[in-house]
Amino acid sequence: MMKALTLLVTLVASVSLVAQQPDRKQPPPLGPAPALKLPAIQKHQLSNGLAVWIVEHHEVPLAQINLIVRSGSAADPIGKYGVGSLTAAMLDEGAGARSSLEFADAVEFLGANLSTSSSFDASSIRMSVPVSKLAEALPLMSDVALRPSFPATELDRLRKERLTSLLQARDNAGALVQLAFPRIVFGPTHRYGTSANGLPATIEALTVDDLKTFYRSHFRPDNATLLVVGDLTLSTALPMLEQAFGGWKADGMVSLVAAVPNAPQLTTRQIYLVDKPEAAQSQIRIGWVGVSRATPDYAVLEVLNTILGGSFTSRLNQNLREKNGYAYGASSGFDRRLSAGPFVAAAGVQTDKTADALREFFNELNGILTPVPADELAKARSYVALGFPGEFETTGDMARKLEELVVYNLPDTTFSNFVPSVTAVTAADLQRAAARFIQPERMAVVVVGDLKLIEGPIRALNLGPITHVPVDNLFR
Amino acid sequence: MTRLTHNVLIVALAVMLAGSALPAQSPALSGQTPALSVPYTQFTLPNGLNVILHRDTSVPVVAVNLWYHVGSANERVGRTGFAHLFEHVMFEGSMHVPEGSFDTWLEAAGANNNGSTNTDRTNYYIDLPANALELALFLESDRMGFLLDDKAPGKVDGQRDVVKNEKRQSVDNQPYGQAFVELSSLLYPPGHPYSWPVIGSMEDLTAASFEDVARFFRTYYVPNNASLVIAGDIDLANTRKLVEKWFDDVARGKPVEPLATPTAVLDGVKRKTITDRVQLPRLYLAWHTPGLLKPGDATMDMVANLLSSGKNSRLYRRLVYDLQIAQDVAAFQQSQALGSNFIIMATARPGQDLGKIQAVIDEELDQLRAEAPGGREMTRALNQTEASFYRNMERVGGFGGKADQLNAYFKAAGTPDFFDQDLARYRTVTAAEVQAAVGRYLPKDRRVELSVIPGDKK
Repeated sequence: MMKALTLLVTLVASVSLVAQQPDRKQPPPLGPAPALKLPAIQKHQLSNGLAVWIVEHHEVPLAQINLIVRSGSAADPIGKYGVGSLTAAMLDEGAGARSSLEFADAVEFLGANLSTSSSFDASSIRMSVPVSKLAEALPLMSDVALRPSFPATELDRLRKERLTSLLQARDNAGALVQLAFPRIVFGPTHRYGTSANGLPATIEALTVDDLKTFYRSHFRPDNATLLVVGDLTLSTALPMLEQAFGGWKADGMVSLVAAVPNAPQLTTRQIYLVDKPEAAQSQIRIGWVGVSRATPDYAVLEVLNTILGGSFTSRLNQNLREKNGYAYGASSGFDRRLSAGPFVAAAGVQTDKTADALREFFNELNGILTPVPADELAKARSYVALGFPGEFETTGDMARKLEELVVYNLPDTTFSNFVPSVTAVTAADLQRAAARFIQPERMAVVVVGDLKLIEGPIRALNLGPITHVPVDNLFR
Repeated sequence: MTRLTHNVLIVALAVMLAGSALPAQSPALSGQTPALSVPYTQFTLPNGLNVILHRDTSVPVVAVNLWYHVGSANERVGRTGFAHLFEHVMFEGSMHVPEGSFDTWLEAAGANNNGSTNTDRTNYYIDLPANALELALFLESDRMGFLLDDKAPGKVDGQRDVVKNEKRQSVDNQPYGQAFVELSSLLYPPGHPYSWPVIGSMEDLTAASFEDVARFFRTYYVPNNASLVIAGDIDLANTRKLVEKWFDDVARGKPVEPLATPTAVLDGVKRKTITDRVQLPRLYLAWHTPGLLKPGDATMDMVANLLSSGKNSRLYRRLVYDLQIAQDVAAFQQSQALGSNFIIMATARPGQDLGKIQAVIDEELDQLRAEAPGGREMTRALNQTEASFYRNMERVGGFGGKADQLNAYFKAAGTPDFFDQDLARYRTVTAAEVQAAVGRYLPKDRRVELSVIPGDKK
């Protein structure tokens, strides 16, 4: 059997000698990288002043329409955390003349996808639809944006759904750490310290009036932008958009939302433990208050984080996964919002290696403070800069990129300037930024896992004072 | 962000080829939209490697997508999880690529890459700027032709630990994570290639040896058992030359015999209850259904759509919207080469019991058995499906992009540009066929009924 196989190999090899022989001694040289070519953003205003941005994208007969309202969960009043998120979720639960079920049927019948959601910084209605159905779909979208009816029965249904989801979060170490980490870094009163959806007590108490108040204050044409990307032209799209959204009038007074203040920075390293008996892995989060989207160090931090934990070959992933096998993956990231969001380094690690993994996390967080070798810097710069054009591929991708400009009030040149600014990042830039934004001796360490197995070894590391956080505290 | 994982995609093929589900006639999107077509060039190298090229210059990116026609179904008892463990080893370097350099060189070129394993195939992709195509061809050909060097045994040990943590993260530490492991062993007799999970067992992962790796590589990772799609901003003639340059010296292997496995059947109801550290009970019902692209496969996708896609779908509306006794419900046709499974799962609301939920599900299945669905319901599902076909054609690379779909169709249908024929499967399903399929494939007296209830972890 083996003999036959060998014979075949010989035969094929002799044939291929005639062909061009590859040189496998080193990787092939690469030609010059393609430049980023961005299509023009065509900016207009409807008769009511609503800003409309259109990007033509003639590849697949689809249109992506995103209405972005520049207020999100960060605009939730104290005591009503979750109202912005629930308002967004309720927009398509009855709108115009249609009930929740009628509306869903109408959208699906057109082959459209329509979603309503919110982040801390914005609320969004996003629709993807075959261009042949755009004229029929736009009135549905404008019903959701302009004429939501907020039926009480639907609110009660969504409320129960959200309360049940929070109950289910107790099952999952990953869900628990998502609640615990921001609570610890930002505290219980700063808006970023509580999940956008809110917690049981506030969700229980929210009323239809609360939602209508949030809606009236923020969903208005002078606080919104309509983004249109797809297989259409300006001249065909504008009349349809005018008809659907041109009659939208602001109601009452403008209530421009100021960004929430930055949370006070952490000062000493502390360890917080949440018990999850029998957990096969411990969920680890290490971090503190990071930076806002407006940071002048945006490009520098992209490169810095790529090296630390933002790519497969990053130091954290190489250490915890490839070198030590403690984890399936490890990562880090800056969540940049209108105000300073969290910086976090994260992994799920096998229970019996939890303390070892924490030690390696801090080896890497400390290691990034020393000068980064030139080849590692070059690799990270190239990875970020050369991968950037791929972020504009689909109608949905393009619309999401435009959202960044709208929500963070960035100039149109943001994207064309990004690649040159990444390419210009130096090792000195990285060291300066790391010294300021990565201070391991001041970070919070949050671990959700089986404390009877992991607490002793964690204590032995002597990282800092240890606090037990009861699971119930994460839900109030 | 970026790849941080080489993952197992158990239902990738089903999702890719089906999206959701669909039905027939009336004022559909069809007629107003052109036929779906992805033009391609195809050739086969002397060593048997199938090559498919597709040019799309919308962004200056190239997707290199390589399928090996081997999955967990090709494993033997005692070595479950091996196909996926092997997939991990493929990223650890090869004879001319030092350990770690595979990813380092690709990232330096601005590329992203990943791989996944399911029951029937293992796929790998590299998405990269158009100027770096040759780097991907060098790396793919080197690991196809020259994976095993003297460092390989250590790489197997390293990835064994990573894969065990993947299992801990995606199965052991997930609520209800054991349910699909149980479903596989309840649906299939011992020894059937679908009776074990793709991720395998800890014991089998521990037992896997370097000799296993070497044998698996020689048996399955041969050019005549693989297909390579290159899609994106390419010059067709030049790309063909580059493929010949890099892959011609990879040796052909012995032919891989297709798996001859008897169709699995259930001759009664198989009931089981397991406990997990969860707050709420969850019910799973499962049946055997026609295999990928077989007659009835698209019909069952349509059944799934009618049952659980959207607020007006029959099970969602009854269980979640009207009665509010379930937190969620999902129905899907998990299409696989050797035979598919149709699965319904629903999680009880606090204080509700699974018996009531099961009774409502059976009422709704009885209703579909008794009466064909209406025209608007069918058209709504078809329109959703048609639109999903367009959305699936927007992206060239990654899992589920055009390159991956061309490979999926090539393996399952024998032709890469099967997009329009695939959509036609759904356009031609009739309401009467839906009704008949529920009667034939979803019998109440031959199925698996699995309950996961709160308790200690099993």
